[in-house]
Amino acid sequence: MASNHKEIVFGLYNDEEDLIRAVKEAKAGHLDIYDVFTPFPVHGLDPVLGLEESRLHIAGFIYGALGTLTAFLGMTWIFTKDWPNVFGGKPYWSVPAFIPITFEMTVLFAAIGMTVTFYIVNGLGPGVVNKHLDDRITDDKFCLAFDKATVNEDKAISLLKQTGAVEINHKSI
Amino acid sequence: MSAVVSPIRKPLVTGHKTYHQITEDLISPTEKAPTKAWTIGFIISVAVLAYGVFCILWTIYVGIGSWNLNRTVNWGWDITNFVWWIGIGHAGTLISAILLLFRQKWRTGVNRAAEAMTIFAVMCAGLFPLIHMGRIWLGMFILPYPNTRGPLWPNFNSPLLWDVFAISTYLTVSLLFWYTGLVPDFATIRDRAKGMRRKIYNTLSFGWTGSAKHWQRWESLSLVLAGLSTPLVLSVHTIVSFDFATSVIPGWHTTIFPPYFVAGAIFSGFAMVLTLMIITRKLLKLEDYITIEHIESMNKVILVTGSIVGVAYLTELFIAWYSGYVYEQFAFFNRALGPYWWSYFGMMFCNVVSPQLFWKKSWRRNITITFLMSIFINIGMWFERFVIIATTLARDYLPSSWSLYSPSWVEIGIYLGTFGLFFTCFLIFTRVAPVVAVAEVKHILKTGGDQYVGENAPKAHHHHHESH
Repeated sequence: MASNHKEIVFGLYNDEEDLIRAVKEAKAGHLDIYDVFTPFPVHGLDPVLGLEESRLHIAGFIYGALGTLTAFLGMTWIFTKDWPNVFGGKPYWSVPAFIPITFEMTVLFAAIGMTVTFYIVNGLGPGVVNKHLDDRITDDKFCLAFDKATVNEDKAISLLKQTGAVEINHKSI
Repeated sequence: MSAVVSPIRKPLVTGHKTYHQITEDLISPTEKAPTKAWTIGFIISVAVLAYGVFCILWTIYVGIGSWNLNRTVNWGWDITNFVWWIGIGHAGTLISAILLLFRQKWRTGVNRAAEAMTIFAVMCAGLFPLIHMGRIWLGMFILPYPNTRGPLWPNFNSPLLWDVFAISTYLTVSLLFWYTGLVPDFATIRDRAKGMRRKIYNTLSFGWTGSAKHWQRWESLSLVLAGLSTPLVLSVHTIVSFDFATSVIPGWHTTIFPPYFVAGAIFSGFAMVLTLMIITRKLLKLEDYITIEHIESMNKVILVTGSIVGVAYLTELFIAWYSGYVYEQFAFFNRALGPYWWSYFGMMFCNVVSPQLFWKKSWRRNITITFLMSIFINIGMWFERFVIIATTLARDYLPSSWSLYSPSWVEIGIYLGTFGLFFTCFLIFTRVAPVVAVAEVKHILKTGGDQYVGENAPKAHHHHHESH
């Protein structure tokens, strides 16, 4: 992403409701929002921003199904083909006894798969340094940012002022 | 956000906090030099841990013969401690996952510390099955992997192997859940820090920015992990109970075990959360975040699960009598009136009688009573596992092989050592991470803060916001 140098103008708000209002106005004024940063998940922001529902849970289902199959088919192969043994007079293919491990592997695969996917699609991970706009965004400020390449800077600034941004700053990231 | 706020809900965050004050209150303990109380506690914990490590090394060097187990009582303190710790490790996931699914907002005050406690308790628990194998260097034999021992696999029909899968999955998923919750809070610490500390916390925070899309995925991930953890946490103690219930030992071979173990696990887990949180909230001055409301809510869970456990004890007794099966009847007669009668009555008193005090509201809201109760329950639940395991084994089918058991100094040392491990980890945790989930408390501030709800709330406030 080193070549994707961006000139950003952003406004900081004191309250998430001011931010939501500002996002609504930006959308109404057809201003292209670069991103919105908040200290905690703000409910009601996604529909206003027009974010689609995350598909992470679909990935989770696929990983889980993979875990189910791995465990069940693995045990089936081991106990019927590779190492058939009689335990306590049970049949080789003793399905009820396979259920606990199959369940655990489903959960394990889904959880690991989803978490790893989460960090990869977000571009997060150990050692990642993401340039961020302001240190107070993880504290108590709500940030609405515009990329100067895609919006009219004056329009963006006047919108930020109008909607009650307590600070308007510029930063290149 | 104009979320629905009930005026009869008691506030969950007191002290008229702003977002910034929440950051200050919760992050600053990680930024200051440790207090004297912390340092003393840490030194004691590490010393006890060191003694535990010595006893474990002694066990590995000398062998299991250094324990007082015998031909008849072949599970003693080792498995008692294992089940006890794994039970304690249930509250964290219950609070973070099940209460998230039920939208219980009070969980935000205690979920972070409870999850940490879960992870440390499961680590302590996991030690015991490993060292009780005797030859710990062959421990990898429990893992199914293509090996050079011919086609030789573990027995997938055995509850002991199910346990391996259940506990390792539980530990992994709890870690992922806990850490993903910590990432935004580590970013908050990072953004307040300078120099080396900033670099370290940037690594820990994985470069978190707080972008709206990231938060959306973060919530989606948390919800699905909660959905996965809920059946997982129920499965773990169910499978632990299978270790006993699938055997043919009188007193163990009962179908009531899975629900009874799960209720007992939640019961003991909440007790340990209370023990720890009452101390932590006092030392770190978190009274505005872990309020009497939180403590009362947890005490209600204790009352419910304690009563479930009580009903299970009585049901077991009734079914033993009703079965008409003399060995089953004897097992229970022996538990109550045999040589270990004191552990049975200790269990009954601590787990069944004492929590009934919590029917009285003022006692549920009393910190001293709650703290003493949590200690009682911790002891009572340990007795329960001792009764089930050692007491039952000591009197088997053949009177000629009857035996008694008391732990050796090595077994006591290992148990003490797990406390050292637990408290060392917990004390380090309180220094490097916020013990209350910062972002999550901010998230509920407007629906749970006392300036918005409860008696102090200005009535016009919500109208003011909705009018925009």
